[in-house]
Amino acid sequence: MPIPEAIPIVGISWDDALFVVLAATMLGSALLVVTLRDIIRCGLALIVCFASLAGLYVLLGAPLLAGAQVLVYIGAIAVLILFAVMLTQAKNAPAQLVFQTQAVPAAIAAIAFAVLLALAVVSTDWGEAGRRIATGTGALARLLFDQYVLPFEVVSVLLLVAVVGSVYIARRDPRGRGDDR
Amino acid sequence: MILQSLDAYLVLATILFCVGAFGFLARRNAISMLMSIELMLNAVNLAIVAFGAYVPALTGHASVIALVVMAVAAAEATVGLAIVISIYRNRRTPLVDEYDAMRE
Repeated sequence: MPIPEAIPIVGISWDDALFVVLAATMLGSALLVVTLRDIIRCGLALIVCFASLAGLYVLLGAPLLAGAQVLVYIGAIAVLILFAVMLTQAKNAPAQLVFQTQAVPAAIAAIAFAVLLALAVVSTDWGEAGRRIATGTGALARLLFDQYVLPFEVVSVLLLVAVVGSVYIARRDPRGRGDDR
Repeated sequence: MILQSLDAYLVLATILFCVGAFGFLARRNAISMLMSIELMLNAVNLAIVAFGAYVPALTGHASVIALVVMAVAAAEATVGLAIVISIYRNRRTPLVDEYDAMRE
């Protein structure tokens, strides 16, 4: 049986339905990340947020980016964050206050900023084409290793420096100072 | 009814960015603040990819920029978490409002 063009009762296409579901999942899990009390659950909500963003990248016609999102963000960054959470959280941490005293002004400022940016976005003509243009992986590879090969190499050096530097920062002091205090 | 457009994706990225900014300003835990920074970086990435998908002149280039942003975000997360762990080893707390050694 062929799948109908649009969802039968509601009348919106599968594409748009996917967009709505992914966007709602992403925003909901992002809100959970900033509001949940238990920081481990924040990290798990962060993984959900990254995964739905990968889905949005697929919808936007960039499957290679979606793969990189899953590999880099879920596979590396989120796992790294969860490890750091397990290294640094005391047992009574969830019982303490989650927000600083400036939380209410911060919320007001964030909402005002969102409204301003959204107004600017809607009222600007971006010169867009009416339809989406997918990015082929071959074309992307040609761009990356031809026109953008210098930024590519600079990024690889940056990653090396960051890894070496963070190992140096996070290692235990060999003299034993500040170790198990 | 057209739900998806460049504007829709950009507004989505805006909201995600502001959620991240709120989390960065309001949370007490240093690792929560790092998570909020990741949210903001992801919002910027979503905006870049949306531009690449809808503006013909940016197709392809936007994906390259987004890949570079991902790599820089990975480097940032590594260094940031190393700093948080290092401070935690000295101060025994992950809460940023208790890092007040410079105030005394």
